[in-house]
Amino acid sequence: MFTGFDFDVIQRSLPYLWQGMQFTLGLTLLAMASGIVLGTLLALMRLSGIKAMSVPAAGYVNLLRSTPAILVIFWFYFLVPIAIKHISGDSYAQGIGPFHSALIAFTMFEAAYYCEIIRAGIQSVPAGQVNAAYALGLNYWQATLQIVLPQAFRNMVPILLTQSIILFQDTSLVYVVGLTDFMGAASKVAQRDGRLVEMYLFAALVYFILCFIGSYFVKRLQQRITPPR
Amino acid sequence: MDFSFLSEPAFSGGGTYFDWVLTGIKWTMLVSLCAWVIAFTVGSVLGILRTTNVIWLRGPATAYVELFRNIPLLVHMFIWYFVMPEMVPKALGTWMKTGMPMPEFWSAVFALGFYTASRVAEQVRSGIQSIPRGQTNAALATGLTMPQVYRHVLLPMGYRIVVPPLTSEFLTIFKNSSVALTIGVLELTAQARTISEYTFRTFEIFTLATVVYVVITLAVVVLMQYVETRIRVPGYIGTGR
Repeated sequence: MFTGFDFDVIQRSLPYLWQGMQFTLGLTLLAMASGIVLGTLLALMRLSGIKAMSVPAAGYVNLLRSTPAILVIFWFYFLVPIAIKHISGDSYAQGIGPFHSALIAFTMFEAAYYCEIIRAGIQSVPAGQVNAAYALGLNYWQATLQIVLPQAFRNMVPILLTQSIILFQDTSLVYVVGLTDFMGAASKVAQRDGRLVEMYLFAALVYFILCFIGSYFVKRLQQRITPPR
Repeated sequence: MDFSFLSEPAFSGGGTYFDWVLTGIKWTMLVSLCAWVIAFTVGSVLGILRTTNVIWLRGPATAYVELFRNIPLLVHMFIWYFVMPEMVPKALGTWMKTGMPMPEFWSAVFALGFYTASRVAEQVRSGIQSIPRGQTNAALATGLTMPQVYRHVLLPMGYRIVVPPLTSEFLTIFKNSSVALTIGVLELTAQARTISEYTFRTFEIFTLATVVYVVITLAVVVLMQYVETRIRVPGYIGTGR
């Protein structure tokens, strides 16, 4: 089955694949950080008693969660340049480049998923904590930032990390707009050298090892922070 | 927004652009439903195996789940489409490359189905494991054998518990079917992109595609809420009394 398997092509293309992996990791970490920030804001909006806040947030989250990731990537590829021209008022404005378009697309997309995780986390904080905070004279932002969110995030860290592993896998979809992430690099080498079998199996192996180690540590973390029953 | 381009004959033949959208919806549905058949059956078997005490049943099922869910779906697609014909015996591989009808479609169905099976397995497993151990013990004490316990106690309860997570897995498979465009299946997202390239009506056609996805999602959610209320186990949280 592995006769005629060319391991050399993998070795030759390692520097190029590493460039792709740096793109993937950079995109994952930045989209994760900004997605969690945006997701937290969306979750606070969804939980707010003010209709003008909660309805748009719920609409946004439900819309993004029922749209495929690839379609969202296409949407932002199309919308981001238009938005930049609109904001800058310069119809010849330069784009912000494919990396930033992808970053915005994944941030907006993942924020919807992070929002639902964070919302559940906030709701798991006992109501007495909020009441006690208000009784002490804290205002909304003080209570949220100093009492609710620290407790909520402690419970949510494993699920947020699991979602980030999914995000790491999803970033491979930037292939559809021709970007050179890890998968994009692998498939470019595969097609240039006609070595599809080697490159795709190697890509699968790398993704598997990274995600497997990632999920293992998440599981360990979860066991550590879950109170014994 | 101007949707009049939909009734124009398409640039490269094959009816109007609206016909293209319909074809896209058809392939999205076909890929999702066929893949769901695989995902549900294989995932159920794997999930049940993972709850047994027999290590040589549980071990391989666990290995399958870990292997399949830690590799991105896009890589699954490429492996089924590009790598599989090279790995199987030569005669079969040649047939897959030249004789097999609709190779993109079947590769997409297998990739999506076997990938989602690992996720369904996890849901089925956690559903069965959420049933209190006392029920298994009570069933065994009344003289049922282990297969009978599964058949009459654990599975009827477990499947009713996992309806909501399985609904969201179904919606995920439906959205994930868009990844099939990478190996050339002309499903809804692919058609939307092609139409936007031909007509430059990007905003309209993407809006239309998004609306179709949202409508199908809503339809599934409403249908499953009805199913859920019908099959609820009385006396459990969520029954409303």
